[in-house]
Amino acid sequence: MKEEKQEWTRVITPKRHLLDVDIKSVWRYRDLIYMSVRRDIVVQYKQTILGPLWYLMQPLLTTIMFMFVFGGIANISTDGMPQPLFYMAGLLLWNYYSSCFNACSDIFGANAVVFGKVYFPRLVVPISSVISNLLKMLIQLGLFVAFYVYYAIKGAPICVNWSLLLFPFLVVMTALHAMSWGLIVSSLTTKYKDLKFLITFAVQLLMYATPIVYPLSAAPEKYRWILELNPLTPILEAFKYSCMGCGSLSWGGLLYSFVFMTVSLVLGIIVFSRQERTFMDTV
Amino acid sequence: MKAIEFENVGKMYRLGRVGTGTLSHDLNRWWQTSILGKEDPYLRIGETNDRTVRGTSDYVWALRDISFSVEEGEVVGIIGKNGAGKSTLLKLLSNITAPTTGEIRYRGRIASLLEVGTGFHQEMTGRENIYMNGSIMGMTRAEITSKLDDIVDFAGVSRYLDTPVKRYSVGMSVRLGFAVAAFLEPEILVVDEVLTVGDAEFQKKAIGKMDDVAHQSGRTILFVSHNMASIKQLCKKGILLENGLLKFEGGIKETVDEYMTNSLKVSENVFYEDLEKAPGNEKMRVQSFVLLPLSGNELSVASGIHAQLKFKNFVPDIMLDVTIELFNAENVLVFTLFKQLTRDDSKVGFYTLEFDVPPYTLNRGKYSFRICFGLNNRARLYWGPLEHTFELEDVFDVDFSDCGRPGLLKPDYPINCCFEGK
Repeated sequence: MKEEKQEWTRVITPKRHLLDVDIKSVWRYRDLIYMSVRRDIVVQYKQTILGPLWYLMQPLLTTIMFMFVFGGIANISTDGMPQPLFYMAGLLLWNYYSSCFNACSDIFGANAVVFGKVYFPRLVVPISSVISNLLKMLIQLGLFVAFYVYYAIKGAPICVNWSLLLFPFLVVMTALHAMSWGLIVSSLTTKYKDLKFLITFAVQLLMYATPIVYPLSAAPEKYRWILELNPLTPILEAFKYSCMGCGSLSWGGLLYSFVFMTVSLVLGIIVFSRQERTFMDTV
Repeated sequence: MKAIEFENVGKMYRLGRVGTGTLSHDLNRWWQTSILGKEDPYLRIGETNDRTVRGTSDYVWALRDISFSVEEGEVVGIIGKNGAGKSTLLKLLSNITAPTTGEIRYRGRIASLLEVGTGFHQEMTGRENIYMNGSIMGMTRAEITSKLDDIVDFAGVSRYLDTPVKRYSVGMSVRLGFAVAAFLEPEILVVDEVLTVGDAEFQKKAIGKMDDVAHQSGRTILFVSHNMASIKQLCKKGILLENGLLKFEGGIKETVDEYMTNSLKVSENVFYEDLEKAPGNEKMRVQSFVLLPLSGNELSVASGIHAQLKFKNFVPDIMLDVTIELFNAENVLVFTLFKQLTRDDSKVGFYTLEFDVPPYTLNRGKYSFRICFGLNNRARLYWGPLEHTFELEDVFDVDFSDCGRPGLLKPDYPINCCFEGK
């Protein structure tokens, strides 16, 4: 029969297979990713004078604040590193993590109007916000490098080593950690909105459970395992180790972090793509 | 070849609290269906979606057992009252929300004009928004570039192409949004009530463009509108939905007729003994609405209409105004009357409004009024139809050869004619 031979572009059914995730169509919509990244960057600084320089203000001011509070008042060790460098290194990855996470965790809320009108693979949105935040992070990296060179000339005890080659890998891991949990949270918050309040709070706390304002070695032996459970810890430690020679490079820790990331990413994508089909009815 | 096929499609919504369910319902459903392998306990058979009747279950079917198919290049009009499931049907097709039962199959790309200008970012320029909007619909940048000139031309925004959209007037962004969707050539175009915005010139242009799209490029269009006139003009085939069920399917003319004979029943003059049941809200209740012929015994084109409307106002000391709109059976707005009723000194109690429609104004047909009470010329106190439809009979006493004239109006303007010589 003629009908049998007909090839459908798409068959919409009530339930999909658990692993039926439309990765291929995300690729088809790559121009949309490009356009969204462009929009994120352009729109943020239209009608501002300093433009992208604002990306530098935030880490700069936070670093000064940290130097004052944690370095000055609380007198927490920075492993012998110059304070600005130490805090900035931590903030660089942490800011990337938290901005990706925040963007991803509010996908359904922030895009409800567009999602309600047009279909496109929803995964496009978290992917493009991860990319546009990456650009922001690279600008901040420039600031970090400038400070780094300054302190290196001044003769601070910092030394680059081969593990700096891991940097791109560390960045990708940070992004995927943020994205996968962002996806899980965004799927849950469409139904149970109270999670949103909890999460903002949790992210703030997570920063202190990650070695940013203190080195892992400064944590009391008794509680160190808690920090080591945090999958971001090995990433930050490895980054500080690779560029400054302080901290520790733990292959075991990185492996743990990688496995943790892979599992949560798979989980995140599954939960997210299930949610995207019915979220319009619940938002 | 078939372009779209619906097979037993149904969509269930839960009423009351937002969401498909509470945690306990979710858990219960999951337990019953996934673990015990039973039927979903919240899907009850037999509940249809009728807004006016209070159902016994918290769950309603916005659509039930919808099966139909659309051939490639067909233009299909979807008709039904508000809440009949038209928009739900389009949402299912455009993949925005998933059906509860059944299967939908289609071929080609779908672009929906559910609301034009969706995804327009206020800070971005017209050009950037064209690219953004096009890529949301799944077009590549190269495709958009090749259509850019046509889009800009059609929308008539070439001067403002590099101006942020926030500086556009509403009309301009609507035109731009329509142009993007119409020119990007998706195989299937889904249009929901877009033509109600924009000025008359643009509406004409838009309908013309849709006509082109449908008849020349052979694309498939699903069109939802309350405007029977434009539906009849554009579509070949019609689908009538009622309370979430497919009521009728066939040629567009038959479908529109079916809809109109069923939905617009000529009603008697209305009087509500119980004010609670009268149309209105806690601020305003319309107690009675009576139409009488100005002359003669029955309403006709020649009789004219005398209308009496009695309403109770519950809000003291406001500036009250009233807008009365007359719609014909094809839901075209025929005229609007407006009157300032009070000046900051409205009283709580009954008011009577009276107005006349002179003889030889309206053509024959069925009509209904809609009323809107306003506050200070701005806010809306109540807005809704008067549950009252009336019919004007034609009269043929003007001239023996008169056997009905087309047009919205049937005026009796004198035409003079005199012979000027050879």
